[in-house]
Amino acid sequence: MATIPLPPKAIDSYRPNLAGRHAAGRTWETIFLAATMVGILGLVLLMFNIVNNAFGIVAYADENDYSLFSPVPVEQLADSDLIVLLTNELSTGAINKLNTEKALDTRSRSELLSLVYERILERKVVASSTLDQALFARADFEAEALAKNEAAQFVFRSWLSPEFLTEPMSSQALFSGVRTAILGSLLLITLTIAIALPIGTAAAIYLQEYADKSLINQIIETNIYNLAGVPSIVYGMLGLAVFVRALEPLTSGAIFGNVDSNGRTVLSAAMTMALLVLPLIIVNAQEALKAVPDSLRQAAYGVGATRWQTIWHHVLPQAIPGILTGSILAVSRAIGETAPLIVVGASTFITADPTGPFSGFTALPIQIYNWTVQPQAEFHNLAGAAILVLLVLLLTLNASAIILRNRLSARRVL
Amino acid sequence: MTQTEPSRVAQQAQTGRPEWATLLRRKPRPAETVIQGLLFASGAISILTTIGIVLVLGNESLSFFTDSEVSLVEFFTGTRWQPQTGDFGVWPLVNATLMTSLIAMLVAMPLGIFAAIYLSEYASPRTKALLKPTLEILAGIPTVVFGFFALTFITPILRSLFGVDTVQIYNDASAGLVMGLMIVPLIASMSEDALSAVPRALREGAYGLGATKFEAAVQVVLPAALSGLVAAFIIGVSRAVGETMIVAIAAGATSQLTFNPFQAAETITGHIARISGGDLSYGSLDYRSLFALALTLFVITLGLNLISRWLVSRFREQYD
Repeated sequence: MATIPLPPKAIDSYRPNLAGRHAAGRTWETIFLAATMVGILGLVLLMFNIVNNAFGIVAYADENDYSLFSPVPVEQLADSDLIVLLTNELSTGAINKLNTEKALDTRSRSELLSLVYERILERKVVASSTLDQALFARADFEAEALAKNEAAQFVFRSWLSPEFLTEPMSSQALFSGVRTAILGSLLLITLTIAIALPIGTAAAIYLQEYADKSLINQIIETNIYNLAGVPSIVYGMLGLAVFVRALEPLTSGAIFGNVDSNGRTVLSAAMTMALLVLPLIIVNAQEALKAVPDSLRQAAYGVGATRWQTIWHHVLPQAIPGILTGSILAVSRAIGETAPLIVVGASTFITADPTGPFSGFTALPIQIYNWTVQPQAEFHNLAGAAILVLLVLLLTLNASAIILRNRLSARRVL
Repeated sequence: MTQTEPSRVAQQAQTGRPEWATLLRRKPRPAETVIQGLLFASGAISILTTIGIVLVLGNESLSFFTDSEVSLVEFFTGTRWQPQTGDFGVWPLVNATLMTSLIAMLVAMPLGIFAAIYLSEYASPRTKALLKPTLEILAGIPTVVFGFFALTFITPILRSLFGVDTVQIYNDASAGLVMGLMIVPLIASMSEDALSAVPRALREGAYGLGATKFEAAVQVVLPAALSGLVAAFIIGVSRAVGETMIVAIAAGATSQLTFNPFQAAETITGHIARISGGDLSYGSLDYRSLFALALTLFVITLGLNLISRWLVSRFREQYD
């Protein structure tokens, strides 16, 4: 048997060099793994930075000394004396306003003390530190703060606290909370689901169960894909021009007799958000409908059901868990969206709770943005705490989507 | 029977159909038609959204460009964007957008593709089941949180590395780096899909010819998945161009034409967010200029998305 002679040049250049090639392979494998790890390291640092900002030492000082108002430090006063002190020092209007929010004599001691600190002693932040400063550079931090104000007192503070969740926004970082923002976000998300879920499901049913391959249906499909890639701020501009301005009579509630509001309402924002999440909801719902076996439809047609009867009684019940899960996941993206809210005009400073779809509002991401862009460190502390609240809210939504899916699919027949 | 017979015949003569055909004819169901109409209307809302975007942006932009104070030429060639003094040249904003996007892609592209190669070619199923969801958490974090990270973590690090005189508090580098981190999971997951779609036979063939795992991955699998990788790149750029919160927080509020990544320079999206967040009177030139900017943004991202989709369908390698 004749062997095929290799050209001499090829023999020359044939150097297996296996050791070298394997070494190169191992080096690159390490590099690939390292790249993955850099991504995860980024996530870890991101989380660290949030927690690092949410806790720390605060240096504070009172503008007014307690001796101007009371013979003993205010902490030693009884609740009734605190109320007397507040009533004496604050204007009647301010007291009335406080009473309508929550009657003074029903407030707890810590709430009363907060009021005294904020309104009468005018307690202000001198300096604020992050967690790592508090742990490793406390002396430097304290020296710096004392240089700014020698009366400064120090306390370790968790910015995420029960008061933080229940207090409205305040211009004083020490007494600021996110209640209005949480309520605003929840209202916004409820309205968004109420608008987007029916429309999205209906569109998915049409595309999956009815649509043939006609031109218009193909255009709709392509269009949904492209809409998913439009930047969220462009949706914000659409919302500003259409919902806030053109449909102002509807979105401000004017046609329902609401007079004290403009178009910058929760409803406008929810409609904008609904448009933003619709493509995602439609695609997810289509997947859920696709997963329903065809035999089910054939069986329904076989016993004489119409198309809609088949869908309503057989296909939809099977697809609902998937549709709901997909929708909640889509909407949970909306809860963190900030740009469209800024454009359609969520207020950055608002202390009143949202009262309904026609009220002005603020939302958690807006509040985070607003605090982040302040130069003082204490507002970054607040932003860190608010981010923790937002992430917990997101986690709850995602977890509830998964639980819902598991419970509903346990009840399925198939 | 005999009495009904003539009427049947008469009926058949009238309609031209035998009676059984009338009985079996599809019953008209107006409710079904109405429901189908409603479902179609819901589907058409997506088209209305697109039309709405084009109309709204187009209309306001048109009244912006027909204003005597601005001209199309100035908009596309001008190098100053100062609405207070009537300078509407879009280049400073576009330049900043390109700079932050470029920095972001310099971070996201290698990290994303390397991570995708690791996950698709090297990782054991258990490692992959651990690493992939962890990486995807990044994709679910709101962008305002990334902005906070850029301003309060990355910027101080950059300033201590390069000096506080070189690096301004607000700068494009910090925004771009963090934007890159945000885009990594997107690139990784799209690239991994593309790599996993390459059939096993190609790898086996490469091994049969004596290639090492690395050589098979880089010289055979990677080129086979190239269209998917390019599509991922383009979607990544589109995401970077349209990203708002990170640049609004970390890149600053001064529009200037600079190529120094350590200086503050406002992007298109950052400018829209800042101006529309303030007191804005409807119908003013400022207000309209925002729509012209949004239209520019919309056209860029739509173009990028269309190219990416075309690439995937045009150059998809069919192996089966």
